[in-house]
Amino acid sequence: MHILAFLIRRAIQAVIVMFVISLIGFSIQGNLGDPLRELVGQSVSEAERQLLRDELGLNDPFFAQYARFMGNALQGDLGTSYFFKRPALDVILGKFPATFELVLGATVIFLAVSIPAGIYCAINRTSWFARIIMTGSIVGISVPVFLTAIFLQWIFAVELGWLPSSGRGDTITLPWGWDTGLLTIDGLAHLILPSIALSSIMLPLFIRLIRAEMMETMGTDYVRFARAKGLSTRRVRYVHAFRNTLLPVVTVGGLMIGTLIAYTILTETVFQWPGMGFMFLEAINRVDTPLIIAYIIMVGLIFVVVNTVVDFVYTLINPMVKLPGAKS
Amino acid sequence: MITWRSLFKKFLSDPVALCSGIVLLILVFMAALAPFIAPQNPYDLMQIDIMDSELPPSWHDEGEARFPLGTDEQGRGILSTIMYGTGISLLIGIGAVIVQAILGVTLGLIAGYKGGWIDAFLMRLADIQMSLSTLMIAIIVLAIFSATFDANVYADYAIFMLILIIGIAEWPKYARTVRSSVLGEKNKEYVDAARVIGLPARKVMWKHILPNTLTPVLVISTIQVAEAIMTEAALSFLGLGMPVDKPSLGSLIRSGYELIFSGSWWITFYPAMVLIALILALNLLGDWMRDVLNPKLRRGED
Repeated sequence: MHILAFLIRRAIQAVIVMFVISLIGFSIQGNLGDPLRELVGQSVSEAERQLLRDELGLNDPFFAQYARFMGNALQGDLGTSYFFKRPALDVILGKFPATFELVLGATVIFLAVSIPAGIYCAINRTSWFARIIMTGSIVGISVPVFLTAIFLQWIFAVELGWLPSSGRGDTITLPWGWDTGLLTIDGLAHLILPSIALSSIMLPLFIRLIRAEMMETMGTDYVRFARAKGLSTRRVRYVHAFRNTLLPVVTVGGLMIGTLIAYTILTETVFQWPGMGFMFLEAINRVDTPLIIAYIIMVGLIFVVVNTVVDFVYTLINPMVKLPGAKS
Repeated sequence: MITWRSLFKKFLSDPVALCSGIVLLILVFMAALAPFIAPQNPYDLMQIDIMDSELPPSWHDEGEARFPLGTDEQGRGILSTIMYGTGISLLIGIGAVIVQAILGVTLGLIAGYKGGWIDAFLMRLADIQMSLSTLMIAIIVLAIFSATFDANVYADYAIFMLILIIGIAEWPKYARTVRSSVLGEKNKEYVDAARVIGLPARKVMWKHILPNTLTPVLVISTIQVAEAIMTEAALSFLGLGMPVDKPSLGSLIRSGYELIFSGSWWITFYPAMVLIALILALNLLGDWMRDVLNPKLRRGED
């Protein structure tokens, strides 16, 4: 029951956030460039332009347009992309798998590296290898993600020619319309460099975070007690100590979702990865307003969902925190 | 309290801090004196020649001594564009941090001292804004801005927009820092004394509490400059920041990176190295300052 109350409260918050985002998204519509210029070019007469304007509903008052916009948005209609001449939602959903798989690839890489590296650095604090990792992590924090991407592309794709330099490679369309690059060798080869680039900036932060948290939990009473009880070092380290470092990792991970989405735009731009971020930049250059708004709303939605899930997971795995509003 | 003198002594005895300080000083001087010491003014059309385009650095066979680090596709010397570009990056970085500090310190002071609903509201807002991420906010705002105005207007105001947006988007960092120090200070005797003699809240806040919260503000400022420069570079790289005719380091990288495929790596490589050196020096210096000035923050870091 408490969980239900918590979920309802979060759902209300999410709706409010989404309402604000939709309002922002919509108010852009009236102010962004002249879609007709992008759509028809110079040769069309003023009368025809007016006709087209009326047809697209660009002459209606603000609130009439907003009401129509919201009504349509709730039915999944975010307008028609000026450039693709297709519903904006379809365009963006078509690009979503590419971005999702990129984020998935980056997550796998950064979990596989940051957890062992963080634990190693916490346990072998003074070893030279730990020092190299810690120094490397400061350097890593100082290299902007687009430079990592450019350097990876330059070295491994252009100079050495080991991996493809751009695009997604061969994809397979799954029955529910999801284009995946994970099931072909070519698709996986295309995924490697962008995933490393995307994970590169989170990696040093998480290595430092896991190391610091691990060192702190290793000094707590319950870890000392577990050790005194005669449990094996391995069990104490990985079951008792490490499990408790996961809490801050989950929280910080959730807080970084906004940053991560911003970095997908940079990574996708360098590797011309056909995802939502690359599409968003193209939409800006083409002043494709419906697509820009659709992207902002989509990002808002992802943001709200991830944050809610993270909050929820956090309360589930942390025995010390009760769900807000729950009675003990 | 650490005196400036002992701080300077510690600085001289720490090789990492000293090195980053020297690198930073060189870069700042290089940028500030660019109009006087740069081999050419890359933005004076009289001084550039398209015939010089894409020359490699001078130690290559086809390189020329006039252009130590080579030229870009329009025949501008990379060394000169870097000198001017570093200046613009630094200007935006420092400008943005001043905006952040003014906004953040004011709001943090109010939140911490007044408490109650103002505090709750400001901190909730800070949470939301922080988790949206500065880069994401800046990308969306600048995307709207660049699509609304035409390229020339955009080019004129880009520098102010960048300073303002990065400044406004990062206020929560300062506000939180100041707020937590205010909470620690406001129940001390000297504050009670100031209140008891009848000083207005405004005076107590600004004259008595504020000076005691400035050390952590100083500590985070160096790293904030590094982050602002990094954000600006990312925005310019996406084409949402500084225009090509007034480039920061990020726009230099943007204008050159596609030429890597045709072999002209130096156009991207050198600005990138300077950008990394600048951010790294600031980060190392910031870490050092945190360790020296605020030992409490070192918890968990050995």
